Amino acid sequence: MSEQDKILNEVTQNEYKYGFTTDIETDTLPKGLNEDIVRKISELKGEPEFMLEFRLDAYRKWKEMEMPEWAYLKIPPIDYQDIIYYAAPKQQAKYESMDEVDPELLETFNKLGIPLEEQKHLAGVAVDAVMDSVSVKTTFKDTLAEKGIIFCSFSEAVQEHPDLIQKYLGSVVPTNDNYFAALNSAVFSDGSFVYIPKGVRCPMELSTYFRINAANTGQFERTLIVADDDSYVSYLEGCTAPMRDENQLHAAIVEIVTMDRAEVKYSTVQNWYPGDKNGVGGIYNFVTKRGICKGESSKISWTQVETGSAITWKYPSCILMGNNSSSEFYSVAVTNNHQQADTGTKMIHIGKNTKSLIISKGISAGKSENAYRGLVKVVPKAENARNFSQCDSLLLGDTCGAHTFPYIEVGNKSSVVEHEATTSKIGEDQIFYCNQRGISTEDAIGMIVNGYAREVLNQLPMEFAVEAQKLLQISLEGSVG
Amino acid sequence: MLKIKNLHATIDGKEILKGIDLEVKPGEVHAIMGPNGAGKSTLGNVLTGREGYDITEGEVEFLGKDLLDMEADERAKEGLFLSFQYPVEIPGVSMVNFMKTAVNEKRKHQGLQPLKAGEFLKLMREKKELVELKSELANRSVNEGFSGGEKKRAEIFQMAMLEPRLSILDETDSGLDIDALRTVAKGVNALRGEDRSSIVVTHYQRLLDYIVPDFVHVLYNGKIVKTGTKELALELEEKGYDWIKKELGE
Repeated sequence: MSEQDKILNEVTQNEYKYGFTTDIETDTLPKGLNEDIVRKISELKGEPEFMLEFRLDAYRKWKEMEMPEWAYLKIPPIDYQDIIYYAAPKQQAKYESMDEVDPELLETFNKLGIPLEEQKHLAGVAVDAVMDSVSVKTTFKDTLAEKGIIFCSFSEAVQEHPDLIQKYLGSVVPTNDNYFAALNSAVFSDGSFVYIPKGVRCPMELSTYFRINAANTGQFERTLIVADDDSYVSYLEGCTAPMRDENQLHAAIVEIVTMDRAEVKYSTVQNWYPGDKNGVGGIYNFVTKRGICKGESSKISWTQVETGSAITWKYPSCILMGNNSSSEFYSVAVTNNHQQADTGTKMIHIGKNTKSLIISKGISAGKSENAYRGLVKVVPKAENARNFSQCDSLLLGDTCGAHTFPYIEVGNKSSVVEHEATTSKIGEDQIFYCNQRGISTEDAIGMIVNGYAREVLNQLPMEFAVEAQKLLQISLEGSVG
Repeated sequence: MLKIKNLHATIDGKEILKGIDLEVKPGEVHAIMGPNGAGKSTLGNVLTGREGYDITEGEVEFLGKDLLDMEADERAKEGLFLSFQYPVEIPGVSMVNFMKTAVNEKRKHQGLQPLKAGEFLKLMREKKELVELKSELANRSVNEGFSGGEKKRAEIFQMAMLEPRLSILDETDSGLDIDALRTVAKGVNALRGEDRSSIVVTHYQRLLDYIVPDFVHVLYNGKIVKTGTKELALELEEKGYDWIKKELGE
């Protein structure tokens, strides 16, 4: 191992900072999955009949399905009967005021940098905090309600806006879409719901913060965002989990619907516990995220910074149905130590004059494997579709892997689809150049990697971008060659 | 300032430096000339701590400290600067950001507070003017898409920003037209001072018309074989390196 590799190793072997656990009483259902558990979840949440039917239908489909094996991932067998499908902090009911929230819970979110007291929070960001299977608190609901914006936990939405839920739930990701989507549809416990009415520009960033706390528990959340004609919203999602030796399953679904001329910007900073440096523990992050540009000239953009999880399987996608609709996918995926990621996007062009842009930056270090997998599909009637894809991979050291799997299916001659890909190694000469200006190797790596990911980081809202930059550096502490 | 004693260095087992002795006192400018492959760039790399070289013998003292015992970034923070022959591009990292980090790292090392944004920008402005660096270049990524001349100018700009005690200019004149050469030399000369020294590595006498050295050394086959004053450079220009080879009996 060269000197540089050694330094890289040291830099990338940093501790995970959100690995603490909260000592709080939890109500859990017994381990395992069967129809009774599904019924029980629905019952605990006091759901209407249509929800139970949705869940049971999904469960029955899931039972017939098999885990997908096409990804460039080595996934150890998962015993789905050894997982707890529902865990909720006790005595939660509904908090009328902050005084009723368990101080331990408040403290947890404070430690994560997500204060739930509105006055303490960054002006301009409303938060829905989800711990394990339930939403703990949603801030700024009243302020938003004045504009007719609905921002609440999924459970609450099922109670208070069943018509909207029934109309849109599963409309973008059908229950049988894939194995993990079916599983989520059967057992999902909470998440966030957003509805932006016609002509409304959401005055603040909306965000959901997901936290896994309970052991042996899977997290299955569901997010649904509906943006009506001429509306706009920017939505952020963050996530962390305690350090545990066993792997924990996280299988979420995000659905986005945009109507005529509506725009949704969805940003994620995914920082689930990645496991230790020997690859023990960590979250399995198997997520289905998809949007549909239903209306004409509507737009959905996905920005993701993926640094956590032991295994990531995730392809935020967009169906470009409305004429002149457009979608963007910006991604930075960092893998280190024994992490594995198979991530990318699907852009399905259906409407006329639809446009999509894909910018993916993979960064691999340690013994990790990092794959980009993307599909650009242009159906025969999609006149004048345009796509530009750029997939770059950066390797730190020589024990990691970077892979690119682009799939292009073009059924219309008037379309233009472009794909560019590069693979580079962080240069010793770049590091030396920084060293010679008095910048340490660790700082140099952070700087070079952030520079490499700049195009994507620039898409993030300010507070998130700063966080993400730090995170990139920390995730890579201990890694260059 | 700098004392090099019997320095031997190898790369991949091949000896490149075969016993260098050199002393640079405060305020002095030393020129090192020599044919291709003599070890000129290696000397700069070894002194600044680039990886890949093995120091097999000898010692180097810099400002009273053991230079070879320090990491590359530490050497820089102690006041050693290398103007690269081939400056490296760092995409996505703006020159402003890069310099801010470098300047403040050095200040931290000296026990000083980081510069305030206003102070830093003022410093940038002054130094940009000194080397006539186009303002837009400072906002672009480090060296990315810079022309050869712009890269060299940017090196001297960085040198001016960091105010090193000892600068090594590695073939700073290569690839420069005469106007650029003049501005670069102007920048270097403006930084000359009683407690600042430079080592100017070059093939050609041309640069030394603008940066007048106190001493000229000829490096040949890993050793300093001749030392003189600026007249030696003129003699070399006239007679070529073969003259040295003959004198050495080769």
